[in-house]
Amino acid sequence: MKAYATARALPTLFKVGFAEAVAYRGEFLVWMFSTTMPLIMLALWSAVAREAPIGRFGEKEFVAYFLATFIVRQLTGSWVSWEINYEIRNGTLSLRLLRPIHPMLTFAIQNLAAQPLRLIVALPMAAIWLVAVGTGQFPHGPLAWLAFGLALLGGWLVTYLASFSIGCLAFFMESSIKIMDVWLTLFFVFSGYLMPVELFPPALRNVLDWLPFRYQIGLPVELLTSAHGAAAAAGLIARQWCWAVALFISASWLWRKGLTRFAAYGG
Amino acid sequence: MISVQELRKYYQVHKRPPGLKAALRSVFHRALVTVKAVDGITFEIRAGERVGFLGPNGAGKTTTLKVLSGLLHPTSGEVRIDGHVPRRREHAFLKKIMLVTGQKQQLLWDLPPSETFELNRAIYDVPVEEFRRTLAELTELLELGDLVSKPARQLSLGERMRCELAAALIHRPRVLFMDEPTIGLDVSMQAVIRGFIKRYNELTGATILLTSHYMDDVVALCPRVVVIDKGRLSYDGGLDALVRRIRPEKRVVLHLDRAVSAAELAIFGKVVSQDTVEAVLQVPQEKVNETVTRVLATLPVQDLTVENAPLEEVMSELFARSRAAQGAEAQKVEA
Repeated sequence: MKAYATARALPTLFKVGFAEAVAYRGEFLVWMFSTTMPLIMLALWSAVAREAPIGRFGEKEFVAYFLATFIVRQLTGSWVSWEINYEIRNGTLSLRLLRPIHPMLTFAIQNLAAQPLRLIVALPMAAIWLVAVGTGQFPHGPLAWLAFGLALLGGWLVTYLASFSIGCLAFFMESSIKIMDVWLTLFFVFSGYLMPVELFPPALRNVLDWLPFRYQIGLPVELLTSAHGAAAAAGLIARQWCWAVALFISASWLWRKGLTRFAAYGG
Repeated sequence: MISVQELRKYYQVHKRPPGLKAALRSVFHRALVTVKAVDGITFEIRAGERVGFLGPNGAGKTTTLKVLSGLLHPTSGEVRIDGHVPRRREHAFLKKIMLVTGQKQQLLWDLPPSETFELNRAIYDVPVEEFRRTLAELTELLELGDLVSKPARQLSLGERMRCELAAALIHRPRVLFMDEPTIGLDVSMQAVIRGFIKRYNELTGATILLTSHYMDDVVALCPRVVVIDKGRLSYDGGLDALVRRIRPEKRVVLHLDRAVSAAELAIFGKVVSQDTVEAVLQVPQEKVNETVTRVLATLPVQDLTVENAPLEEVMSELFARSRAAQGAEAQKVEA
């Protein structure tokens, strides 16, 4: 009954979430422009590759990689950690807690409801890709697209759940923003956002395979640019989803434990 | 409907003196002190009652309401709302209750209130027909009109509060916790909100527990009051009985044709206030009839009314007494 009622509420939650995203369109646009780092990296790495290819990356491959990075970043971004941190600190989380729906779900829907707006930016980038490098690096066949879809969803889950977990740390300390900053620094360096993971030294790459950052953005980008065969893709997607499950467990645990400490100051 | 047994809620608060030295020291060592926000209170509220939950600032009223609505986990004690333990925040429990606070809003800030109503309809799984009926009733009772289609941020405080109430009641909660619902509103809007709360209680039989620093709210809405101070219960009972207990004397309010001296007034009772042709006397309950007869016969009275002492004064006296009692108890423990 409870799950059924929640499922019935989803369309309205998405509708209202989208209306909110549209209402904050100015702020939203600023956020989208703040994610243009892959385009800067595109210019940088393309210039370097013009002299000679780096690994398997020539100029065209870098263009495809960073346009894909830009698109994936738009579709997997999450700011829930800042929202939770803010709502815990000023007590407005109380308003969410009064409602008979889990805040992990309402935050997620708010995040996903903004996707149509992000597509407004992502789709022209895809068009530029088609013009610039053609369809050669796109996934070949429905299975490859399915793998990309799974990796994209997994990437969003890893990003959202990691951000949610870090946000929940504000229940235990005065603010979790600095921890999110540390996470973001590691994410920028090791996720494939600033350079493809395969360009790291092999020893470091092996370590990165076991960390969550690559699965936030690198893996979906690699699959969108057809960097892996079927077996390798399946293995990486399995690891990514293991991270998603682990982060779900961590987010749920931190939420439950954190609520017992919630002071609802000012709320 | 509401059962609270020996409820305690303690907080650990970081305390440090002002200044740079103290700030630096606090990086390495933090002194934590325990604040007893609620310290062992017990009360019961029957279904359909309207109860005022009173106390000075920092008495523990809001903390108690937050525990009752499942936002805070109690340190100890037992709380049940219609059979539910609030801290478990069960789905069925959350559908039965609502906490309305005058200082926080649930309306979506940049969207019209109608969007929040629709959102709450979906979240509380209210059937569409029932939603339309309830919203029509609330729109009429709260005179919402076209307010529901303006962005919430463009509404005045009073308009917003009316929309807040409508949003909070879309699912017809059976238990309503209200924390200062009329704070900051002008006198006429306070009266509108008060009238609405009373009507809602009479129409739906909802149980209402309300905190307010405006005694007019309490007089108009709450036949019973529960008073706490420094986290402890200092009174639970009827409002009239409280006034009789704390200020058993009556006030005789006089409007005179001409000014009279304080000495002339003092013959009839204690002079509480005197301002040219207006004066207030305090007389024992049993002597009211006799005093009124004598005053009318002796003084140039234009108008005379007999009243209870103002509730604000009664509450101040009650807080002073309970603090004195708690102070004496603390001294006894130390000794």
